[in-house]
Amino acid sequence: MKINVTDQAGEVHELEGLEGWRVMEVIRDWGLNIKAECGGALSCATCHCYVDSDWLDAVGAPSEEEEDMLDSVGDVKPNSRLSCQILCSDDLDGLKLTLAPSAAKDS
Amino acid sequence: MSTEITTDVVVIGAGPCGLFAAFELGLLDIKCHFIDILDRPGGQCAELYPEKPIYDIPAFPVVTGQELTDNLMTQIAPFSPEFHFSRMVNSIEKLEDGSFKLVTDADETFFAKVVVIAAGGGSFQPKRPPVEGIEQYENKSVFYAVRRIEDFRDQDVVIVGGGDSALDWTLNLAPIVRTLTLVHRRDAFKAAPASVNKMKELVAEGKVNFQLGQIAKLDGEDGQINHVHLTTAAGDLSIPATRLLPFFGLTMKLGPVADWGLELNDNTIVVDTEKFETSVPGIFAIGDINHYPGKLKLILSGFHEAALMAQAAKSIVSPGERVVFQYTTSSTKLQKKLGVA
Ligand SMILES: Cc1cc2nc3c(=O)[nH]c(=O)nc-3n(C[C@H](O)[C@H](O)[C@H](O)COP(=O)(O)OP(=O)(O)OC[C@H]3O[C@@H](n4cnc5c(N)ncnc54)[C@H](O)[C@@H]3O)c2cc1C
Ligand code: FES
Repeated sequence: MKINVTDQAGEVHELEGLEGWRVMEVIRDWGLNIKAECGGALSCATCHCYVDSDWLDAVGAPSEEEEDMLDSVGDVKPNSRLSCQILCSDDLDGLKLTLAPSAAKDS
Repeated sequence: MSTEITTDVVVIGAGPCGLFAAFELGLLDIKCHFIDILDRPGGQCAELYPEKPIYDIPAFPVVTGQELTDNLMTQIAPFSPEFHFSRMVNSIEKLEDGSFKLVTDADETFFAKVVVIAAGGGSFQPKRPPVEGIEQYENKSVFYAVRRIEDFRDQDVVIVGGGDSALDWTLNLAPIVRTLTLVHRRDAFKAAPASVNKMKELVAEGKVNFQLGQIAKLDGEDGQINHVHLTTAAGDLSIPATRLLPFFGLTMKLGPVADWGLELNDNTIVVDTEKFETSVPGIFAIGDINHYPGKLKLILSGFHEAALMAQAAKSIVSPGERVVFQYTTSSTKLQKKLGVA
């Protein structure tokens, strides 16, 4: 499966997603600008991304715990998600998302 | 008021690895002081995952981040280490006699024979909201913590956030401000229910404004804000404000560690694997902050590093004294130190 990630600088990257991996892990593995401080433990929100509107249904809604974590960033939009809470699967082949400013390593 | 403290060892960082170092140092009769920017011990365990279970601490099939911290505090209690919380170590300087001078942002000076850097992933610092130019207002009219309540008296205050800090300060500041607006992106709060109810009462009485929305832009000059612009579902909104308190939690930043003149490798401090000493003799680095071939960023590794570091620190703190290797199970000397024999 592939995921299409637009980074904070506007550059688009097509990444090979691995079944069962978290989307955050794929993005981090490819060296894009994502801090992912807690390594996917839903404790930091530094893996914040915006899911392309076409993919919102397939990705589903954030959990209550994820909403609580999203409260800790100032750039939330209706299509905000934490990329460590999205698992790569064939259903998400072609997933498009954009990294939020608050996910940047230096923010 | 400036204070001066003289001790054997200063440990920078009261995360799990720093805490265990106090135990290993204590067995060798070495006294230590801790300095941490957080207001409590535990480092990442306490700040990022207090309730989450850890499964790879030897002999603990499962233990939460907070339980591990509490147990470490109990384990080191016999050695009475002293803690200096809510301050950051800004500088370390080597003095002519080989000892060290450390200065904190709370205007304290520490003199120590040995420095142990257990700074983990870096110092915890407030998350800065992604608002352009916010830096120019910081510590003048935008604050990430309330240090002096008087700075807020008769001011037009905007508080942003939905957690305990945002709610607590809304309740505490409401009686003394001119106006207070609490801004949160949704109508659900991750704070103590009692505080949320109290806040709602204040809103009903007209003493606090509540705005659903997010902070978008700041207006002001010379470090003084005069308006906070919000994005809300109903459109943009501008609120007159003289003080802003964003509470978005903490994030780790390497901070001043990078400026201490130690050999670094990609934001970590290079050490040897015999003593865990840095490129400056007398300064050691243990836990997540250090680097050597094969390093694993695990609590377990930091514990091991603390034990070896302590042996090397002993020869600096008490030069010439012979260190006899002993087990805590059989040495009455060690047991006396622990208060069990
Ligand atoms: C969500 C999550 C889950 C984890 N799960 C596990 C696990 O299951 N097993 C495991 O072994 N590890 C786990 N880890 C990693 C583990 O937490 C770290 O390895 C460990 O915390 C490192 O300890 P430390 O003492 O080196 O540093 P830290 O815990 O990072 O503590 C460093 C302390 O130093 C302070 N500090 C830094 N610089 C300064 C300064 N200049 N002045 C004052 N204070 C300063 C910081 O504020 C902090 O309190 C996990 C981490 C996270 C985030
Ligand atoms: S990596 Fe920390 S919440 Fe996703």
